[in-house]
Amino acid sequence: MTYVLDTPPRTTAAARGARRRAVLHWIAVHALGVAAALFFVLPFVFLFLTSLMSDQQALTRDLTPDTWEWGNYTRVWNTPGFLTWWKNTLLYAGLGTLLTVLSSVPVAYALAKFRFRGRRLALMLVISMMMLPPQVVIIPMYLFWAKQMDLSGSLWPLIVPMAFGDAFSVFLLRQFLLTIPDEYLDAARVDGCGELRTLVRVVLPMARPGIAAVALFQFFYAWNDYFGPQIYASENPAAWTLSYGLESFKGAHHTDWNLTMAATVLVMAPVILVFFFAQKAFVEGVTLTGVKG
Amino acid sequence: MTVRALRARRARAALRTTAFLSPWLVGFGVFFAYPLASTVYFSFMDYDGFAAPVFNGLENWTYVLTDYPAFWPSMGNTLWLVLVMVTCRVVFGLGTGLLITTIRTGAGVFRTLFYLPYLAPPVAATLGFVFLLNPGTGPVNALLGDLGLPAPGWFTDPAWSKPALTALAVWGVGDLMVIFMAALLDVPKEQYEAAELDGASAWQRFRYVTLPNISPIVLFAVVTGVIQTMQYYTQPLVAGKVASGVIGNSGQQFEPGYPERSTLTLPQLVYNLGFQRFDYGSACVVALVLFALAMACTALLMRRRGGLLQGGD
Repeated sequence: MTYVLDTPPRTTAAARGARRRAVLHWIAVHALGVAAALFFVLPFVFLFLTSLMSDQQALTRDLTPDTWEWGNYTRVWNTPGFLTWWKNTLLYAGLGTLLTVLSSVPVAYALAKFRFRGRRLALMLVISMMMLPPQVVIIPMYLFWAKQMDLSGSLWPLIVPMAFGDAFSVFLLRQFLLTIPDEYLDAARVDGCGELRTLVRVVLPMARPGIAAVALFQFFYAWNDYFGPQIYASENPAAWTLSYGLESFKGAHHTDWNLTMAATVLVMAPVILVFFFAQKAFVEGVTLTGVKG
Repeated sequence: MTVRALRARRARAALRTTAFLSPWLVGFGVFFAYPLASTVYFSFMDYDGFAAPVFNGLENWTYVLTDYPAFWPSMGNTLWLVLVMVTCRVVFGLGTGLLITTIRTGAGVFRTLFYLPYLAPPVAATLGFVFLLNPGTGPVNALLGDLGLPAPGWFTDPAWSKPALTALAVWGVGDLMVIFMAALLDVPKEQYEAAELDGASAWQRFRYVTLPNISPIVLFAVVTGVIQTMQYYTQPLVAGKVASGVIGNSGQQFEPGYPERSTLTLPQLVYNLGFQRFDYGSACVVALVLFALAMACTALLMRRRGGLLQGGD
């Protein structure tokens, strides 16, 4: 290329120019980073500041509280029902996650490591179930749980299905198990392990990051779920979850934006706390959702 | 090995496979195949949940497609969201992914901050955004006013409700950022070095090295984005409810779509028809339209080279 010949020979001045360009580049990139960070963080800051305002001030254009009303949080915490919503959400998310992991691991293992006829078909069906909007089958499902099982007004119609393999979790775990070399499994089999023992003794310890990611996703899914509790639990306030209750909280405290924002912060906080403790597993899980390979 | 022993071994293997798959096999039947067939069945029935279902031919279908006033607006909204919201999310996801892989100082802190909004529970995040974008007293319009910029009505204005939802969706772009970040780190370094030797500008490096390498991920992000958009439910419903001021427990029933059907999506129609009007037959028609759209996109995902089925046989 003649282009190379056009460039002037490197002098100390040119080197200084390159250095200056690098510094400018650093400043530009980090300024952009700070601007983006403000976009992502400021909403949290405004919500938090509003949650500490007085009733009247929350209805003004002020951005920072005049008096710091920490009592708003106690008022929200003592709202009738708030503790029940917490308990229900923990039950739904906790038990649901446990059941999902227990039922999805063997299915994912079979799909990743067994060779059998119909394996490809089974995988395609798992992906179809994963992509199925929950509203597609909600009418028959609701009729089934409400009329046949008489369980509407509770969270059981949401928890029980998790004992039968969740498609997304199966898929994610399968993707993870594919990365475990077959040699480990063969070695265990040569040592006389049956499939179940191979799974428990050899595969599970190696699959811990994958299982952690699946558990986190499922926990967050249940924590955030609004549609499910709306369909099955709305008729019975004793079965409401935080996500569903939060909306009705806004309804009941119509103009008290300060209290609504305090409740919002209290619903957001646990999820964010969990994230800080499990950041690595989470980021790995997102990356795994279908992109690796 | 004798034929009989071989056969016995095969039978054992089949039994073992079935045993491992059994939770999912039951789940597939009870929570997928049966309700799906049942949805098709009810779509040809007049059924309110109390009286026995009565066959009414294509009546539900013609009602939904021609007379139900909410159907075509929600199809239009979905198209709008697919074109604008998905594009914005992919562009922002790629942009923040590039930014994170370029940032040298404090990359970990930036990554956490960019990612956090994705974790905010949808109901909480939506409530927060309705407050932030409250036309009268919200901080965003207060800031816009201070800057002398026009202050739109956001969630209360049919022309601005979808842009407001888009802002909310872009705020939670962390999932795409992480996916793009991983893809960008996988681009071979030598290709950048070669491009640099050839005197390629930053834009040319992006256009001819980065983009071809990550194009499968871009496609993945677009298709999953389209699928998520068709399922879009919680945010538009909660935003409409809260912004309209209709209160859940006051006995008033909230018709989804506030303002003026501008936030209606197909899943909300299933809720409206099935659980507010008790017209289960028509609700099932909408459900099947939703199903057809979702499966078309899924087929696209599975067919692409090196796609979701990768690692199968």
